[in-house]
Amino acid sequence: MARRYDSRTTIFSPEGRLYQIEYAMEAISHAGTVLGVLAADGVVLAAEKKVTGKLLDLSASKQGGYGGSGEKIFLLNSNMIGGVAGLTADANSLVNYARSAAQNHLLSYDEDIPVELLVQRLCDMKQGYTQFGGLRPFGVSILYAGYDPHYQFQLYHSDPSGNYSGWKATCIGSNNGTAQSLLKQEYKDTMNVKEAIGLVLRTMSKTMDSTTLGSEKLEFAVLTLDPETKQPKAKIYNAAEIDALLKSEGLAKKDEDTEMKTAS
Amino acid sequence: MECSFALTGKDYVIVAADTTAARSIVKMKIDEDKIKELSPHLLMAYSGEPGDTVNFAEYIERNIRLHHIRHLVPLSPSASAAWIRRALAQSLRSRNPYSVNLLLGGYDTAEDKPKLFWIDYLGTLSEVPFAAHGYGSYFALSLFDRYHNPEGTVEEGLATLKRCIDQVSKRLVVAPGKYKVKIVDKDGVREVEI
Repeated sequence: MARRYDSRTTIFSPEGRLYQIEYAMEAISHAGTVLGVLAADGVVLAAEKKVTGKLLDLSASKQGGYGGSGEKIFLLNSNMIGGVAGLTADANSLVNYARSAAQNHLLSYDEDIPVELLVQRLCDMKQGYTQFGGLRPFGVSILYAGYDPHYQFQLYHSDPSGNYSGWKATCIGSNNGTAQSLLKQEYKDTMNVKEAIGLVLRTMSKTMDSTTLGSEKLEFAVLTLDPETKQPKAKIYNAAEIDALLKSEGLAKKDEDTEMKTAS
Repeated sequence: MECSFALTGKDYVIVAADTTAARSIVKMKIDEDKIKELSPHLLMAYSGEPGDTVNFAEYIERNIRLHHIRHLVPLSPSASAAWIRRALAQSLRSRNPYSVNLLLGGYDTAEDKPKLFWIDYLGTLSEVPFAAHGYGSYFALSLFDRYHNPEGTVEEGLATLKRCIDQVSKRLVVAPGKYKVKIVDKDGVREVEI
């Protein structure tokens, strides 16, 4: 009997719930953590990579930069970065859709799409899959870091039901509860990007399952304004840059070899 | 014959258009408003083939209104201009294109800047400090070249506009009699007598 209202997204349970959507959200809370913090002069995103290993060929994603550094952080438009948690295949399809929507806006209006508009476009799509028959919802939550002239820097979160909301700092994926309470304690309204980077990395290091942070487990991106052109500048860090950043923040993992040498 | 002028100043745009509705050599009406208020900070003066003009202007007006209802952020003047240009360019390549020329003046509330765009029926769009359509443009543009001050006050802008209108009245055989003048700035749109 318990399964009667589970199988279809389009059917309410007698308590008025849509189980498939709740399951999708449950799936996301087991996915790699994605964390975002909004500062006055920029937005910071970090994500935990789950698929790792010595044999994984990362040569294609070595560069970071335009397309993203690999699995979870993507450039959606020149003024927007997205961090995804959940089913990677679903996420790829949504990222593709977002990029098309952003370019279509650019074609029609000759301006970068306002951040909330692109979030709405994706949420319309996500909502559709919770209502029309025979389809499963997208198993993806997304954090959007963006800039537009209307509201300057912004951070949004959208979930599989198609709800979205704006945040000063938030977290999706595994351990999001812990991360959010840490962020709540440490977030300050006066933070700048440098402080936000510190907060993001500290929170990530406390909530991630692995004991040490390193570029093989972490993706990182910052959206700021170019000081000269005053245009938004998205920077998705590559592996070397992430390691350098962790080192400068004092969170880099200790080199085991050197440790042993000093011990002996 | 139809004339429309527009110029920017320090923090405003003035848009002026004659008020005659003519058919062949006959004036049918002398108090026609040919400047539409597309949004709280956007004005559009239209001229061209009668019928086409009103039809196209209403189409633009309602679509921009729809955008405002649907979305949280209003369409900026430059985004509106790009969209209107596209509508004209698509129309040009259809079986019966609109023959409408436009001056689009607005105040960009996000950037805090006045913006003026010159658009013609071929789908040409350019951002300009001052602009004119119709026979009046042959007289007005040289006057603007000489007298336009991009940092000028509203009074200065209106004085420059007055020069154009006076010169057109003096030299153009088919000069229109009356003009409607509207100003858009950070506080919105207002009409002034000239």
